[in-house]
Amino acid sequence: MEIFQNCVYIVSALFFILGLKKLSHPSTARQGNFLSVIGMFLGVVITLFDYQILDYKFIIVGILIGSLIGLFSARIVAMTSMPEMVALLNGFGGASSLFVGWSALVSTTMFSLFNNVVTGFSVFIGGLTFSGSIIAWAKLSEKISGKPFTYKGQMFVNILLLLICVVSIVFFVLSPIDYGFCFYIIIGLSLIIGILSVISIGGGDMPVVISLLNSYSGIAACFAGFVIENVLLIVAGSIVGASGLILTNIMCKAMNRSLFNVLFSGFGSLQSSQSNVDRGEVSPIVVDDAYLILEAARSVLIVPGYGMAVAQAQHVVKELSDLLESNGAEVSFAIHPVAGRMPGHMNVLLAEASVPYEQLVEMESVNPVIDSIDVCIVIGANDVVNPDARDNESSSIYGMPIIEVDKAKTVFVLKRSMKPGFAGIENPLFYMPNTRMLFGDAKSSIQSIVSQFKD
Amino acid sequence: MEFIYLLFVLVLATFLGFELISKVPSTLHTPLMSGSNAISGITVLGAIVLAGNGDHHFLASILGFIAVILASINVVGGYLVTERMLDMFKGKKT
Repeated sequence: MEIFQNCVYIVSALFFILGLKKLSHPSTARQGNFLSVIGMFLGVVITLFDYQILDYKFIIVGILIGSLIGLFSARIVAMTSMPEMVALLNGFGGASSLFVGWSALVSTTMFSLFNNVVTGFSVFIGGLTFSGSIIAWAKLSEKISGKPFTYKGQMFVNILLLLICVVSIVFFVLSPIDYGFCFYIIIGLSLIIGILSVISIGGGDMPVVISLLNSYSGIAACFAGFVIENVLLIVAGSIVGASGLILTNIMCKAMNRSLFNVLFSGFGSLQSSQSNVDRGEVSPIVVDDAYLILEAARSVLIVPGYGMAVAQAQHVVKELSDLLESNGAEVSFAIHPVAGRMPGHMNVLLAEASVPYEQLVEMESVNPVIDSIDVCIVIGANDVVNPDARDNESSSIYGMPIIEVDKAKTVFVLKRSMKPGFAGIENPLFYMPNTRMLFGDAKSSIQSIVSQFKD
Repeated sequence: MEFIYLLFVLVLATFLGFELISKVPSTLHTPLMSGSNAISGITVLGAIVLAGNGDHHFLASILGFIAVILASINVVGGYLVTERMLDMFKGKKT
């Protein structure tokens, strides 16, 4: 039976691998998700026949409760709250690994060095993932401030806690019976470390954090697999862990920052006091003039940012893009990899407004041709279009790849006020001669342009 | 099962994970993340076995029970959320 179970696990793993592979192409993505569901289903069903299972009541009730909660929350969550939903689900996965490690420890009577090590790690990483994800969820849903929370000696405290944790793990590993209490210290500290490490990270760095936490939950599952000696957990967990790391790396590259830098320095605290260089005049524009320019434009590039998500402007943006297209203009959307609060955040919002994905272009492909664009509309994006990242070596975001909208013939920037963006950095784009500022709520501004088009 | 054998599996699977994801268009970053997040709910398998301990190890069963609930939320919620997102990603003509 055990042989048969493992054979099914191999098939399951194949489904996961194929599923992930297909998930990486827009046309086959749905199929990929379905394959992955089959893999999970097979794994669960064959596990139900495990010889160690003596009693099914907890299993059945647990699966029912969990599935119902998962079902309802996935149904009712608004598309705009996707980032926090993903963070929350991720946290549950981490917590589950923690409980698996704990439960395995309670039920075992034979301690081996190896087993103690993996139990300690699965609990530590599981707890870290759980509390970190909960904080990320709270930040993203604005239950707590999205600003980085930093204090003096933060680094010292974190290192100290980590050291205590390592010592506890060592004691626990060497003698789990005498030092059983160390296990609870590991749980407690992992939760505290998770909270402290995410709370010090600001909203704009959230894409990195979310994908890193995603990776952690995979690693936690992998360790849990070592604890109960289940190959499928190890395979699936390590694939998720590795893919999460890849994604994290992509996000870091898109900000030109190292992972260390993101994790250990609050972004806002980096920048020095900005010099009050006279940058020239800002030229505002009213809706009527913006309409006239857009009507004459042959090619339009829309660059959305977190501001579009806040203003819930994606549907009017789609309406505008349709009107522009029927007016004969070529409309595309350029999305910076770290725009928004999670990887691909803007893509999800635009997809919700049914913008076809062919219309979305990546930063690398649009930059070389951007000088042929008549009008760039920047909606609630700031740092990802800041020319200082390219030109000003003293800027704290110098080196970060940007969408070079300043090279377009005309740039509209939709913004509430002149307040700097998340990073608190001045943006010289606003002062350029080809830039027009359209102040006000992005949604109502676009709404007025749309109604002008309709008249 | 032997430890070294499991480690072997781990190393190979990690490399596979790196290879699988290295070329994903940014359009799919979010669904990919929530989809792989659902896969990480694979701990549900471990949770199931532990929750089935019976009255013999009552505490272990209860802890396993909690783990089953949490992992099921992760799996079911993760897959459905991914499905909902992918439903929206449509080409020009559908």
